[in-house]
Amino acid sequence: MALRNIIGKRIGNGIGLVGRRSLSTATCDVENRNSKSMNLYSAINQALHLALETDPRAFVFGEDVSFGGVFRCTTGLADRFGKARVFNTPLCEQGIVGFGIGLAAMGNRAIAEIQFADYIYPAFDQIVNEAAKFRYRSGNQFNCGGLTIRAPYGAVGHGGHYHSQSPEAFFCHVPGIKVVIPRSPRQAKGLLLSCIRDPNPVVFFEPKWLYRLAVEEVPEHDYMLPLSEAEVIRQGSDITLVGWGAQLTIMEQACIEAEKDGISCELIDLKTLMPWDKETVEASVRKTGRVLISHEAPVTGGFGAEISASIVERCFLRLEAPVARVCGLDTPFPLVFEPFYMPSKNKVLDAIKATVDY
Amino acid sequence: MATAFSTAKFSTQPFPLNPTSTTSHDSSIVFARPTSQFLGSTRKFRLTSSSKFNLSRRSKTVVAVSDVVKQKKSKSSPSLLITKEEGLDLYEDMVLGRAFEDMCAQMYYRGKMFGFVHLYNGQEAVSTGFIKLLKQQDSVVSTYRDHVHALSKGVPARAVMSELFGKTTGCCRGQGGSMHMFSREHNLLGGFAFIGEGIPVATGAAFTSKYKREVLKEADCDHVTLAFFGDGTCNNGQFFECLNMAALWKLPIVFVVENNLWAIGMSHLRATSDPHIYKKGPAFGMPGIHVDGMDVLKVREVAKEAIGRARRGEGPTLVECETYRFRGHSLADPDELRDPAEKARYAARDPITALKKYLIENSLASEAELKTIEKKIDEVVEDAVEFADESPVPSRSQLLENVFADPKGFGIGPDGRYRCEDPKFTEGTAHV
Repeated sequence: MALRNIIGKRIGNGIGLVGRRSLSTATCDVENRNSKSMNLYSAINQALHLALETDPRAFVFGEDVSFGGVFRCTTGLADRFGKARVFNTPLCEQGIVGFGIGLAAMGNRAIAEIQFADYIYPAFDQIVNEAAKFRYRSGNQFNCGGLTIRAPYGAVGHGGHYHSQSPEAFFCHVPGIKVVIPRSPRQAKGLLLSCIRDPNPVVFFEPKWLYRLAVEEVPEHDYMLPLSEAEVIRQGSDITLVGWGAQLTIMEQACIEAEKDGISCELIDLKTLMPWDKETVEASVRKTGRVLISHEAPVTGGFGAEISASIVERCFLRLEAPVARVCGLDTPFPLVFEPFYMPSKNKVLDAIKATVDY
Repeated sequence: MATAFSTAKFSTQPFPLNPTSTTSHDSSIVFARPTSQFLGSTRKFRLTSSSKFNLSRRSKTVVAVSDVVKQKKSKSSPSLLITKEEGLDLYEDMVLGRAFEDMCAQMYYRGKMFGFVHLYNGQEAVSTGFIKLLKQQDSVVSTYRDHVHALSKGVPARAVMSELFGKTTGCCRGQGGSMHMFSREHNLLGGFAFIGEGIPVATGAAFTSKYKREVLKEADCDHVTLAFFGDGTCNNGQFFECLNMAALWKLPIVFVVENNLWAIGMSHLRATSDPHIYKKGPAFGMPGIHVDGMDVLKVREVAKEAIGRARRGEGPTLVECETYRFRGHSLADPDELRDPAEKARYAARDPITALKKYLIENSLASEAELKTIEKKIDEVVEDAVEFADESPVPSRSQLLENVFADPKGFGIGPDGRYRCEDPKFTEGTAHV
C-alpha cells in the first residue's frame, strides 16, 4: 500500500519519564532506514519489546502470554523481561482488565491482552464503567491512562461465532476511552507504541487475519504514529471510501477494479476510531461529494453509522448521493456462511458504482 | 511441575479424606429442614448454632459420599462394580468417543471440516462415567470440547459429524460447528465456545427442574443437570457465582470439573492459588469430591452418588475429575509445552485400556466381544462420515433465519421472499 511519509518532530522515547506519561502527539520520521520485512505479529512483538525496554514500569499480561501467546505476539518477552513483568493471568477477562486499571491507576503502564476480541465482553463492564470514567470521577486525581488493552478482532476465515467478532462499535460509544485499529505491520508498531504511551486508556484491536498474511517493511527503531489522525492512502476524485483494519485490503482491491471503469476512488484509513479525524474525512468528501463506509461488523449500529451521521451533518449540501455502508449482515457471525456474510470486494464494488451513478 | 498434584493421595483415593464427618452432613450444611419454602435464601440464620456451623463447615474438606457407597466398599466379598451389560455399554461409549475424535482429526487434516476443533481423547471416562447414568430428560451443558458429551448423551454420530462438516443434517443444521452442539431431543443445552459461559445456563436449567417439582407439583420431575467445564474455568467469576446460587437454592445440578491440568498453555498449578478445586465446593456449602478421571468405574461411583443427591433434592455437588487430554488443546495447537514424561504417565492410564483390562480380568467379557464392539464402532463412525459427506450444504436463506423468533421480522422480506433472494442483498445492507 502506498503510504505518505509522516514527517514530524522527534522526541525522546520515554526513558526517565517514569512518573509522567509522554504525549502521544509526537511523531517520528517513518523512513525506511534499517527496516526489515515482517508480518503483523512480529511488528506488534517488536513494539511490545520497545515498550517494555523504555519503561521499567510497563507490564504485559493476559492469557497464555508467557510462551508467546496464541498468535505469537508476545514471544520472547517473558524471557527477556522476566516473569514479574510478563505473566499469565488466570482465565478471567473481567479480572484482567480490572487488575490492569488498578495497575494503571498507580502509575504503571499496563498492557493487557484479551485473547480474542470475542472474549472481551466480561471485561466490558470494567472498561466502560471504570476505565472510561476513572479520570472523570476522581476529578483528575487518578487516571488509568497507562492501560492499553490489545485484542485480536475480525474474521479469520474459519472462526465462527466466537473467534471472528468486531466489537469496535461498542467501545466507540463510550466517552473516555480511545479505540485504535491498525491496517498493516508498519502502522501497527507505530500505533501500538503511541497507544501504550498515550495518557488515556486505549483499546487496540488487531486484525487477526493479517497476523501472518500482511508482510511489510517495518523500521526497526522506536517510532510512534499519531493518534486521531486519519490517513489518505489512495488519492481520488470521484468517491471517498472510509475503512479500517483488514477491510482496507478488500476496499483497495475494489478501488483498483473501479479504476478500470474510470471511477477514481479516494481511500481513507481512519486508524483511530475514537476520537476520529473528522476533518480529514470531511475535506475528502468536500472534494468528491460521495462517501462509502465499509466494516466487518454488522451494519446496524456499527461505527459506519456514526461516520455517516457526522458527514451528513457537516457536508449535507455537498453530498451528491446518500452515504453508502457496506458492512456485515445483521446476524451473529456465521460459520459456514462467512464468505456470504462478509462485505466482500464485489459488494463494495457494487456500492461504489451505485453511489457514483446515483 | 505437575508432581505436587499427581501424588498418590489424590489419584488413588476417590473417597473423602476425613470420612468421619460424612454423617449428618445434611443438618450441618443447610440452615433448616427442607420445608415447603422453595428458596433457601429466605430462611433465617440459626444464631445459636452458627458458630458450630462455621467450625464444622471449615473442618470439612471433602464430604458427602454417602454411607451406602462406603458400605459397598467394605463388604467382605469383592463385589464387582458393574454388570456385564453395563460394562459393555461403557466400553462401547468410550470407544465411540475415541474413534470419533480420531476420525475428526483425520477429516480436519483432509480439509473436510474447518474452524476450531477441540478433541476429547483421554477424557472419555468422565463423559461416559457421568452421562451414561442420565435419563433422556436430564440436561447436559458442555464446553467447546463437546463432541463426546453429545455422543454420550445420545446424539447420533451422524448428526454430530454432519454438524462438524457444516451440513444441513447436522444437529444444529450446520450453523454452529464443532463448538456448538445442541440437541433438544437429548437435552444437550450446548457446547459453549466461551469458558464458563455454560455454567449459569446449567444453573437456570436446574432451577426449572426444581421449580416444576416443588411449585408446579409435578412430583415425578427429578431432572438433573450436569455442567461440564475445565480447570481454567474454575478461576472465572461465572463459576463462583453459580456455585453460590446453586447451593443457596439447593438446585439439582452437578458441577463436573474436567481438570486436565492445562488451559491451552497455562498450567493449572501456575494459574490457581489453591489447585485443589474440589475444596471450593464446601466453601459455598456443597460437597466437593475429587476422583480419578482416568478410571471410568471410579467416576461412575462418584457420579451415582452426586446425581442421586441431586435427584433426591439434596442439592448440588462439585466433582473434580483428574483427567488428561492426549492431544493438544485444539487441532491447531502444536502441543509443545507439555512435558512428554507427563504425557506418557497419563497415556499409561488410558481409560479405555483400563476398562478393557478390568472386563477381561473379571471375566465380564472376552477379547472377542470387545473386538466386535470396536469393529461395530468403526463402522458407525465411517457411516457417519459418509453420511456427512453426502449431506447437502445449507442454502443461503438459512443465514438469516433464527436471528429473531419471527422469521418475518428479519429473514423474510415484505414481498414474502427470503431477503437473500433480493438482488439488493449483495450490497450487504440487510434492512429489517
